[in-house]
Amino acid sequence: MDEHEHPHVATVGSYVVIFLILVALTVLTVFTALSPLGHWHAPVALGIAVVKATLVFLFFMHLLHSPKLTWLVAGGTFVWLGIMFALTLADYWSRGIVGRYQ
Amino acid sequence: MSTVAYSPPKAEPIPVAGDYGPETRVDYINCAWGVRSWLLTVDHKRIALLYLFAITAMFFLGGAFAVLIRIELLTPKSDLFEPDTYNRMFTMHGIVMTFFFLIPGVPSVLGNFLLPIMLGAKDLAFPKLNLASWYIYILGCLLTLAGIIWGGIDTGWTFYTPYSTRSAHTSVMPVAVGVLVLGFSSILTALNFIVTTHTMRAPGLTWFKLPLFVWSSYATSLVVMLGTPVITTTLVLVAVERFAGVGIFDPKAGGDPVLFQHLFWFYSHPAVYIMILPAMGVISELVTAFSRKTIFGYQFVAFASMAIAVFGFLVWGHHMFVSGQSPYASTIFSLISYVVAIPSAVKVFNWTATLYKGSISWATPMLYAIGFIGLFTIGGLTGLVLASPPVDVHVTDTYFVVAHFHYVMVGGTIMAYMGGLHYWWPKMTGRMYPEGWAKAAALLVFFGFNLTFFPQFLVGYAGMNRRYASYVDEFQVLNVLSTAGASILGFGFLLPFGYFGWSLRYAKAAGPNPWGATGLEWTTESPPPPHNFEVTPTVTLPPYEYATHN
Repeated sequence: MDEHEHPHVATVGSYVVIFLILVALTVLTVFTALSPLGHWHAPVALGIAVVKATLVFLFFMHLLHSPKLTWLVAGGTFVWLGIMFALTLADYWSRGIVGRYQ
Repeated sequence: MSTVAYSPPKAEPIPVAGDYGPETRVDYINCAWGVRSWLLTVDHKRIALLYLFAITAMFFLGGAFAVLIRIELLTPKSDLFEPDTYNRMFTMHGIVMTFFFLIPGVPSVLGNFLLPIMLGAKDLAFPKLNLASWYIYILGCLLTLAGIIWGGIDTGWTFYTPYSTRSAHTSVMPVAVGVLVLGFSSILTALNFIVTTHTMRAPGLTWFKLPLFVWSSYATSLVVMLGTPVITTTLVLVAVERFAGVGIFDPKAGGDPVLFQHLFWFYSHPAVYIMILPAMGVISELVTAFSRKTIFGYQFVAFASMAIAVFGFLVWGHHMFVSGQSPYASTIFSLISYVVAIPSAVKVFNWTATLYKGSISWATPMLYAIGFIGLFTIGGLTGLVLASPPVDVHVTDTYFVVAHFHYVMVGGTIMAYMGGLHYWWPKMTGRMYPEGWAKAAALLVFFGFNLTFFPQFLVGYAGMNRRYASYVDEFQVLNVLSTAGASILGFGFLLPFGYFGWSLRYAKAAGPNPWGATGLEWTTESPPPPHNFEVTPTVTLPPYEYATHN
């Protein structure tokens, strides 16, 4: 089907459901922040954030029913985010190596 | 709609006044009158002129700070300004020139005016968004001006932490918010360019028939879209730390100041390419038009723009060799920095090869283009010197670095901007500019520029630090030469301001194609009608078909 001719129309109900899920995940983030998770605090909080962001991309930003070019653009932004993280971490993770050989 | 086949236009004799009276037909300038018709316009050509006025004002503001800096540096002691005031001067010079002139300059003025016409379209894809981006730009300017008046800012244009989060007691936030707001203007313009290039090309205008200015504008827009959100987020993080005390960059609160530099340069190094890539597109147009030849290696030049856009994102760490960054990371950034020089060199070689056996004419735009090639090459090669960590450590924060980036920014971007402005001035206004005055100005800019910045390579390599109001006596001769050059350069920039204004009323009328150049913009009237073309053009020939034309 040509998406330009017959765009997918989401119902108001589906938006409300996604909104409620996002609210629930926000409550869960607060709950986990107050829980004794030790080193798992950051991974859990980031995991919940990734799920929330994915829901926003797929439904509120209409990625789920978008053409492949839109997926390519969205994917490209994540590649660039990956570049930023990878080369920044290349600095942080290799700082310890310097001391090891001095 | 009916269509007309596009073929290379013939060279015309320069018309005399009255031959093409702009007032005898409806064009984008005389189609509506009054301030309201300009402030609410959605015509890309009018919006380009709105940008031209605003950006010229910011250029002269940034230039005024440069004049004050150079006057202070005439003598070794800080006798004109207190050191704190001097800090504000160079910071505001850098911020105004970088964010409010160099980054938006070529895309917002020349890109806005030309991109739809070069594509054979009536306008950009989102005309209202285009107007919105101009208002957002103005809002960013006003916020920054408020900050400048309300105490100024002394962090350097880089907003480095902890200056920007703790030490600075100046108007950091109004200026930072101004820059942040400006980013949205850039993003909207880039979005408009990308969508327009994809969806609004004239029949027959395939990707490899696009003018190289369009290719470079497209590549620039990708860099803007991918990079600008990072600087926006980074400035928000500075505000969060400054006002809420959240530890992001402050080590005492668990943060890391080097993280700011990573985030800042992830945008700001590609921003160098945001400034220079559109300028390179202008040069491709000028070199072909004034040597009457097809560009040498069209596809290589086009792909070089895309390669610069991609590799430009991988080299930011070469700004951080003395920041405490790991030497291993510095080695990686250094190697990739050498790689990014390759596509830039491809362009320089291809422009030079285009000149070979060309029928070269020395009109003013060509003087700027030739100046660009020489000065950008010096700027680029000294960039390679700085990409080598052992040398960079020696000259970090010296005037060698200042000279290097001015050779790229002024010798590159501004030379191309001026060349492009002269080249398309007849198209924009329907009037020729006075060639003699323009050539004199171009030569003054070239000699003034070199006299200003070449001594800075020498004084920098000898060890003079940047960002100080005072220096040791032995550096004075070179600084006096530099200030003398700056006064010539300033005069060279003021001249066009006068004769462009004069030309609007008194100069010869320009025909549709005063240069006998190829490209869709030269097939329509000067100034163009409100919707650019009377009939939608159909493109059948490759770009720069001067062989057929000749």
